[in-house]
Amino acid sequence: MMAEPFLSLNGIAKSYPGVVALDGISLAVSGGEVIGLVGENGAGKSTLMKVLGGVIQPSAGTIILDGQELQRLDVASAIEAGISFVHQELNLFENLDVTANILIGREPLCGGLLHLVDRRKSRALVEPLLSLIGADFKPETLVSSMSIAQRQMLEIAKALSQRARLVIMDEPTSSLTLAETDRLMEVIAGLKRDGVAVIFISHRLSELAQCADRVVVLRDGRMVGELQKQEISHASMIKLMIGRELKSLYTPPAQPFGDIVFEIDKVETTAYPGRPVSLSVRRGEILGLAGLIGSGRTEIARTACCIDPLIGGSVRVNGQPLRLETPSDAIDQGIFLVPEDRKRFGLLLDLSIAENIALPSLVDYAAYGLVKVTEIFALAERQRARLDIKASSIATEVGTLSGGNQQKVVLGKWLSRDPRVLICDEPTRGIDVGAKQEIYAMLRRLADSGVAIIMISSDMEEVIGISDRIAVMHEGQISGLLDRDEFSEHNVLLLAVGGTLH
Amino acid sequence: MSKKDIGLLILILVVGTVVAIINPLFLSPINLANTANLVGLFGIFAIGQAFVIITGGIELSVGSVIALIGVLFVDLMVNFEMAWPLALVLMIVLGVVIGLAHGLLITRLHLQPFIVTLCGLLIYRGAARFYTEDATAGFGFGLSFPTLEWLTTNRFFGVPHSFIAMTVIAACMWVVLHRSVFGRHLFAVGKNEEAARYSGIATGKVIVSAYVICGVLTAISAIFFAMYTRSISPSSHGNFYELYAIAAAVLGGCSLRGGEGSIIGVVLGAVLLQVLQNLVNLLGIPSSLNFAVTGSVILIGVLADTQFSSYRERKLATKGATPRQPQAP
Repeated sequence: MMAEPFLSLNGIAKSYPGVVALDGISLAVSGGEVIGLVGENGAGKSTLMKVLGGVIQPSAGTIILDGQELQRLDVASAIEAGISFVHQELNLFENLDVTANILIGREPLCGGLLHLVDRRKSRALVEPLLSLIGADFKPETLVSSMSIAQRQMLEIAKALSQRARLVIMDEPTSSLTLAETDRLMEVIAGLKRDGVAVIFISHRLSELAQCADRVVVLRDGRMVGELQKQEISHASMIKLMIGRELKSLYTPPAQPFGDIVFEIDKVETTAYPGRPVSLSVRRGEILGLAGLIGSGRTEIARTACCIDPLIGGSVRVNGQPLRLETPSDAIDQGIFLVPEDRKRFGLLLDLSIAENIALPSLVDYAAYGLVKVTEIFALAERQRARLDIKASSIATEVGTLSGGNQQKVVLGKWLSRDPRVLICDEPTRGIDVGAKQEIYAMLRRLADSGVAIIMISSDMEEVIGISDRIAVMHEGQISGLLDRDEFSEHNVLLLAVGGTLH
Repeated sequence: MSKKDIGLLILILVVGTVVAIINPLFLSPINLANTANLVGLFGIFAIGQAFVIITGGIELSVGSVIALIGVLFVDLMVNFEMAWPLALVLMIVLGVVIGLAHGLLITRLHLQPFIVTLCGLLIYRGAARFYTEDATAGFGFGLSFPTLEWLTTNRFFGVPHSFIAMTVIAACMWVVLHRSVFGRHLFAVGKNEEAARYSGIATGKVIVSAYVICGVLTAISAIFFAMYTRSISPSSHGNFYELYAIAAAVLGGCSLRGGEGSIIGVVLGAVLLQVLQNLVNLLGIPSSLNFAVTGSVILIGVLADTQFSSYRERKLATKGATPRQPQAP
């Protein structure tokens, strides 16, 4: 039986100049329940969570905490009330160890006025927490040596150390492998058993179906629906989120594939030396590259585009081996990479859309080394129209755009240079459903115009729904190739964990 | 001109007016020409420093390079009787070599710019002192190089040639920084080196080029300094000049994190620094307070700038909100 709600929000609203971020949200949270929170980017999920964390003050509505009616929470009272966050972008000190991260700001002291850290007591505090969540790291492990999944576990341990009653997880699985996700699901089940409430924000609908007691759907700052456990299904959630039925993802190619354009022949990467990888893509084909995180997919992409050095094998375009020494060698051949982390590698966030789009093509839009500004603006306008980048103008700073529009800017950079081979590494990570559809359609249009596309994706729905063929990687090697009639979650998973199909 | 540049110009005009009111000598042609000469000398290497700062680096060896190149230049002409154009070219080549060495150490061997150029600061100063055995290098009595002297220290209708040289260099560098492909690449590398690399920009070459530009401009200004002072004592010539360059660049809107800056700003920064030096002299402030005055004004200027821009942001935010306010009950 569910306990009485200890926290409830009534009619919470928040408006910013020109935008209503939240509009009359009511939500009750009881101990031991797992609430899924879904919605497109910009639906108000993060704002709602910031209200709970006391970072943002609502403009209307009340918060009832343990029977006390409050107008707002501040950060200190949110922590006091046991509300903690596991952030999407983790807030850990990489240079410190696990113990220091958990106890930061609350270190047990000894030595009187000297204020030394009591190491023994620290360890005694941390060890039980780690065993509670079944952590596979030690109190003295350095965070910089931990995987993303382990860091997330650490964030959860940190939340528990603050006697959390409500743990809010913002897209915790977006960079986890499947096995790691399963572990996280177990930890969530454990929290639930101990009477801790969990709010779980995710774009991955299947995980919600697995762990949530109910799913709350936000759209445009409003609560548009709530699904009880038995009602949770992909179709019902997506319908509420975007207000329409999601069509089947796959669009078949307009014409049969052409010849092989791009070949990776026995390529060895610095991450997996001695494990050669061979792949080939035909004109007009979208090759999905599936596998667990860390299986070497990104490294192959980076090596093929000469971001990382090629330590063995060769890369061929139309049968001709390429001399790859710097990234510009690949770019000159029309081989482009849409990187995994667009904020770090894809964009200059403080610069305008126009400057970002023009960056790789500046030399082509210059005379005597001087940039032709009007031509660059024209180029950027063309790409904005082509990709439907939503911004007030091409002079808008890229950092202010939503994830989907940022990704379109990255695509626009390369589309303005006539790609021959486009390698997209997680092209829709952190992007809302609507923009995902647009990017899928854009990839198909590109393929139909004769571009060979390699799409690295950890999203099963995406990789099965978009690809014409799937190559699956396992620990640095290709463990199998699947044609469309062999596509299934089961087959991809089996190959990803190193199994064989036949 | 950006808002920042205009703000700096206003600051210069305000300080200038105040000084002129207190001491009208400030506006005398001779004083203006002297100040312009110093602006020219300091402005040339400050522009070089700005290129390095825009990459997110720093060049600390400027003062020592000015001393080293100064003593070598004088020595080549006086003791080796080398023709001055050849000596000039050699010194510029030396500037290129120093810039190249710093740039390659930073990009190829991944050393931090601060450390590389700090070592440069120590090494070149030591080399200059060792080379002259700590003695002052200068042009002997009666020695003269009419063309070179005309080029570097003469005046054109009262405007010192050093100032004209700085203006020409600033104009060229303005085109390079604000209109050329290289300039765009430089800003991109300074903002996000990784993203620039993924876009096919040869980031290493861009960074090395910035250090080479700095080396060349420093060498040019070193020659102007040598001709201006005519005698160089290697232990003190050019001391702290790197800090003037950094101050001018930062006053002029360069961010030490890289990716920001403008040539006009740097030139105005150099002007402000020299006006401040002049102010100390003209207002009879003890010259021992020189650095303290300069430091205080820079601090106030930077403080005012950040306060003003955050005020502007707040104002913009409330302005955006006004149309919605009537809806509130």
